[in-house]
Amino acid sequence: MSGWSMIRIATILVYLFLFAPVAVVILLAFNANQFGGFPIEGFSLRWFEALWNNDAIVRAFKTSLLLGFLTSAVSTTLGTLAALAMVRYDFPGKRTISTLLVAPILIPEVVLAVALLLFLQALSMPKSFGLLLMGHVVFTLPFVVLVVQARLVSIRRDVEEAAMSLGATPIQTFFEITLPLMMPAVMAGMLFSFTISFDDITGTLFWKPGGVETVPTQIFAMLRNSISPEINALGAVMVIFTVALPLVAASIARVMAMRKLRASNRKTQIA
Amino acid sequence: MAADIAGTRRAPWILLSPSLATVGLLLIIPMLFIVVYSFWLRTATGADQVGFYLDNWIEVLGDRFYRDILFQTFAIAFYTTVICALVGYIPAYFVANTPMKSKAFLLLMLMLPFWISYIIRTMSWINILGTSGALNTVMLSLGIINEPIQMLYNQTTVVLGLVHYLLPFMILNVYVSLDGIDKNLTEAAQSLGCTGFQAFREVTLPLSLPGLAAGSLLCFVLAAGTYITPIVLGGPRDAMFANLVFEAIVTQLNWPLGSALSLVLLALLGALVVIYTRYLGIDQIAKSFK
Repeated sequence: MSGWSMIRIATILVYLFLFAPVAVVILLAFNANQFGGFPIEGFSLRWFEALWNNDAIVRAFKTSLLLGFLTSAVSTTLGTLAALAMVRYDFPGKRTISTLLVAPILIPEVVLAVALLLFLQALSMPKSFGLLLMGHVVFTLPFVVLVVQARLVSIRRDVEEAAMSLGATPIQTFFEITLPLMMPAVMAGMLFSFTISFDDITGTLFWKPGGVETVPTQIFAMLRNSISPEINALGAVMVIFTVALPLVAASIARVMAMRKLRASNRKTQIA
Repeated sequence: MAADIAGTRRAPWILLSPSLATVGLLLIIPMLFIVVYSFWLRTATGADQVGFYLDNWIEVLGDRFYRDILFQTFAIAFYTTVICALVGYIPAYFVANTPMKSKAFLLLMLMLPFWISYIIRTMSWINILGTSGALNTVMLSLGIINEPIQMLYNQTTVVLGLVHYLLPFMILNVYVSLDGIDKNLTEAAQSLGCTGFQAFREVTLPLSLPGLAAGSLLCFVLAAGTYITPIVLGGPRDAMFANLVFEAIVTQLNWPLGSALSLVLLALLGALVVIYTRYLGIDQIAKSFK
């Protein structure tokens, strides 16, 4: 056997290792077996129905969604502005600022969680949803900055300069030219921060007030008893949710880009 | 014109100020605060005694219990990193050298795990290795074993869970560096008489080391800070350092002690990051986001 085909087989095995366990979760979520493990006894949606009727899980889902949306809104706004500054301007201390902005990634999440929690407790602010939101924003900000920055680099400045030379004010230029061009980058940042927030567990366990659960902490709490088929169903919903979301977003973005391309082609033809 | 220059000089700071304020207020100041806090003392009544006490530090640095768990944490992180490097290099190499069409698909598949929740990926191993899991079911039906065996809840499964979680980070980082290598270099080496393997060893491998280093740093730091995996996949003796921190802060409510514990973890992992950035620069890690 040639070296290359051995590498190919090894690669397939590694991909299997990455995905097989998750595939098993989804498989078992549809299993009729009442104990949630093997053997497979037939197709059933009963565990999804059980999820739907479980108030604690529905509540956790709502909390996670709200937290994810707020986090991504705040974090993407802040991160996009910072990324603009990093890509578009040269200024003294840029390297230091760049390190400072990615610092939250380099600090172990536990330490970050402890520092924020104790600091706010010392200011006599109790654990709250607000604390969760602040924590998630700090934690997701560097990812937004990095992702948006990476995509911003590829936007050429010519178009903006053309708009300015044709008499647009800087503000007009930003809203008419720069922002639409930046939209894919901003969307990527939003998606990224939403999923990170939606999946976060370590920080959330430190910051969440008693009685408030997000989906991951709810799963974690349920795991302490034993693995139940409901957990597999919840896992399957989570996977479908967080995997489908970016894929759908990506295809919508592609369709929109195609349409725009076609429209601009038509305009050029008319001209 | 002068106003214009002043404007561009101020502009980046206006754009940066919300982010910098957030990082400053919610990260830098809290970090400085726990440094101070670690020298305070939690009294039996539950109140903090403000001052400069070394008690927490003496306990954290002197107690064998903490040292043992610290070693265990670093050992687990080390095994995880080494396995990730060994297992991750091959697919990274394959993806970097595969024709364009399947490359996009393979890369997308590598991004997928990042979208799948960490807790779900961790607990998914219970379905594989647990007593009613896939492996036991298969072995029982094949008659290899007569009753289910418990394969979970030990250090090996903790490492397994961490490898499963961190492998995509490693593969992506190595891929980024392999992909940046000029193909002409290996061809030149081969035309000058190197065998395929020699060309790999002398040209490709050294050029991919920055990616391997970046991936290793990420794997090690993330593994050493893990809180969830040892609880879900480990046994009672497999606690890691982050579990101690959680115990001190949330269970015992000994906040000054918890501050000192988390600073120890930060200092050790921070030292690694500093050494790394000195030699390779932080940009290598940022590359994998492109």
